[in-house]
Amino acid sequence: MKAIQVFGPPLCCSTGVCGIDVDQALVSFSADVDWAKQNGAQIERFNLAQQPMAFAENPVVKGFLDRSGQESLPLILVDGEVALAGRYPNRAELARWTGITEVTEQKPQGSCCSGSRC
Amino acid sequence: MRFLDHPPRFLFFTGKGGVGKTSIACAAAVQLAAAGRRVLLVSTDPASNVGHVFGVSIGNQIMAIPTVSNLSALEIDPQAAAQAYRDRIVGPVRGVLPDRVVTGIEEQLSGACTTEIAAFDEFTALLTDSALTADYAHIIFDTAPTGHTIRLLQLPGAWSGFLEAGKGDASCLGPLAGLEKQRTQYKAAVEALADPLRTRLILVARAQRTTLREVARTQEELAAIGLSRPHLVINGVLPAGEAAQDELAAAIYEREQAALSAIPEPLKGLPTDQVTLKPFNPVGLDTLLRLFDADASPSRATEGSLIAPDTPGLSALVDGIAAGEHGLVMLMGKGGVGKTTLAAAVAIELADRGLPVHLTTSDPAAHLTETLDGSPADLTVSRIDPKVETEHYRRHVMETKGAQIDAEGLALLEEDLRSPCTEEIAVFQAFSRVIREAGGKFVVMDTAPTGHTLLLLDATGAYHREVTRQRGDKGPHFTTPMMRLQDPKQTKVLLVTLAETTPVLEAADLQADLRRAGIEPWAWIVNNSVAAARPHSPLLHQRARNELQEIDAVVTRHSQRHAVVPLLREEPVGPERLRMLLDPQAQKDIHVYPISHGPRARDG
Repeated sequence: MKAIQVFGPPLCCSTGVCGIDVDQALVSFSADVDWAKQNGAQIERFNLAQQPMAFAENPVVKGFLDRSGQESLPLILVDGEVALAGRYPNRAELARWTGITEVTEQKPQGSCCSGSRC
Repeated sequence: MRFLDHPPRFLFFTGKGGVGKTSIACAAAVQLAAAGRRVLLVSTDPASNVGHVFGVSIGNQIMAIPTVSNLSALEIDPQAAAQAYRDRIVGPVRGVLPDRVVTGIEEQLSGACTTEIAAFDEFTALLTDSALTADYAHIIFDTAPTGHTIRLLQLPGAWSGFLEAGKGDASCLGPLAGLEKQRTQYKAAVEALADPLRTRLILVARAQRTTLREVARTQEELAAIGLSRPHLVINGVLPAGEAAQDELAAAIYEREQAALSAIPEPLKGLPTDQVTLKPFNPVGLDTLLRLFDADASPSRATEGSLIAPDTPGLSALVDGIAAGEHGLVMLMGKGGVGKTTLAAAVAIELADRGLPVHLTTSDPAAHLTETLDGSPADLTVSRIDPKVETEHYRRHVMETKGAQIDAEGLALLEEDLRSPCTEEIAVFQAFSRVIREAGGKFVVMDTAPTGHTLLLLDATGAYHREVTRQRGDKGPHFTTPMMRLQDPKQTKVLLVTLAETTPVLEAADLQADLRRAGIEPWAWIVNNSVAAARPHSPLLHQRARNELQEIDAVVTRHSQRHAVVPLLREEPVGPERLRMLLDPQAQKDIHVYPISHGPRARDG
């Protein structure tokens, strides 16, 4: 199964409640990650505020940060290659990348409005 | 002293800055040591003067105090601990990742949470490591972790994945990710804290209504997490004999006794001690041994000069504010320094000068400001209830976000929402609404967000987005709230402090924090100054003399302009008494030196 790495923006709380905007996409994504893991997916999340070394040590991620800045996070790598940037993946995307066959047809949460960018 | 009666191994003193925790902790340590117990005194006060008290320099290592047998001490600087933690995380990527990214990461790790967790990490070892502390019968801490920190450490959700695997979700506990200790050690530390056989918590307060109310809240919070039956120490109580000395002393005595007899419900029934106000500074072994004496009779005070006659008062500051015609005035400072009172006084004075003013306050005691609305006519008042605003915000978050997460995640989200940041943000959102509604007026606020919060909000762009949405403004000439706060023409931040060591240092920290966000405080106000009230009672006179070096630090080191506001005989409630803060001479029968009203800006 493919390995997914998620490089997220600096967050003081995973929930983002420290911000004025409550970022629904983050919550939905956390739930989707749980779901994917339960289905055997290998997903790692990195928070820029707490694991900056993970960003610095990965040339793809470091190059992305140099070029696009932290505003363009999150960056999602699948087996080390860029799969998505600027928003969190939805459940369907996670399933496709990892080869999970979705058992229940669930409406992917937060897919129309990822982050607060729409 | 009842709190020294059959003491358990760990003693924690907790209370707001300036109530005298360190002095009491030092005196307790000296007394236990004198009784033949081996004592370790641990200070985590950033303004630690334990070394000064004993005339030695103490550092990050346990050292024996040469003048006191059986006593050793250790000073933990939580700021340094937090800085060391930041360096550990950020150091390796400095120069590797873009500078802006590195700065952003540092800011994320610059909040109060990081400092608190870093300090807790430092004394975890002292609560659990038997080799380090085996020699000591008692370990005395001059500070204690907040309920929020303890609750976080107790939550399984806070630990899941992240700390053990080193990756996953961060939370307010995120700072712990870079700390080496294991979960079991933190668990053991929290258990030691909650065990009354091992730990006694001593709440330290002053005989003031607001301080007691705040301590009552702390007590309820600690009781809710199982830290019940703390002791209460009321420090610095003016002795009855002193009341006869002058009218100010008499008024303070009366006020303190009234506060004590109306002690809040949660504090009633706690084992309580009173420590009377002493004429001496608690420095040196002799004085520490006398700190708990009931009848330290005051030495005759010298009637020497106290405070420069041309020390600027509040109305000199209002002159400068009024010159701006309109704008935002934010009073900032730690709880209990009198922000609300001074905000009301500034607002009244502006209104008395015929300027349109909107005063907005988060004062929980409505009586202070509710009498002000419409009097004078140019003054409008609105109140924001921090409890209601925070609850509203919490509910909104729980409803929108909580629906999809499991029980552990939900508990963690709830705790994150109890962090001090949440209240700050919720209240500031409410204030932002008022600011928008009050265009073209002076808006005086009794609170402000910290620089840390502003930077985080600004960095995420969340605040900008919020305002854009609410204004529907998409134009290119857009002023962000941050730009507005940074512009001294539009916003003046007044830092409020008391003329005591810890409050002045706390205000200096707030100032450093604001400067990080590009905001330069416009002035400092030293409130409730006994020196400015020019007392005659020997005790108060001595206290006034102790204030002078703190006032001097504010004037020469910290502020670009300042005012000193005297302690009034009556609590400044209602328009008439608030005006007295600007013109203390109006208190006819107190001998108050005239205070110059000329502007005294030193270097702009």
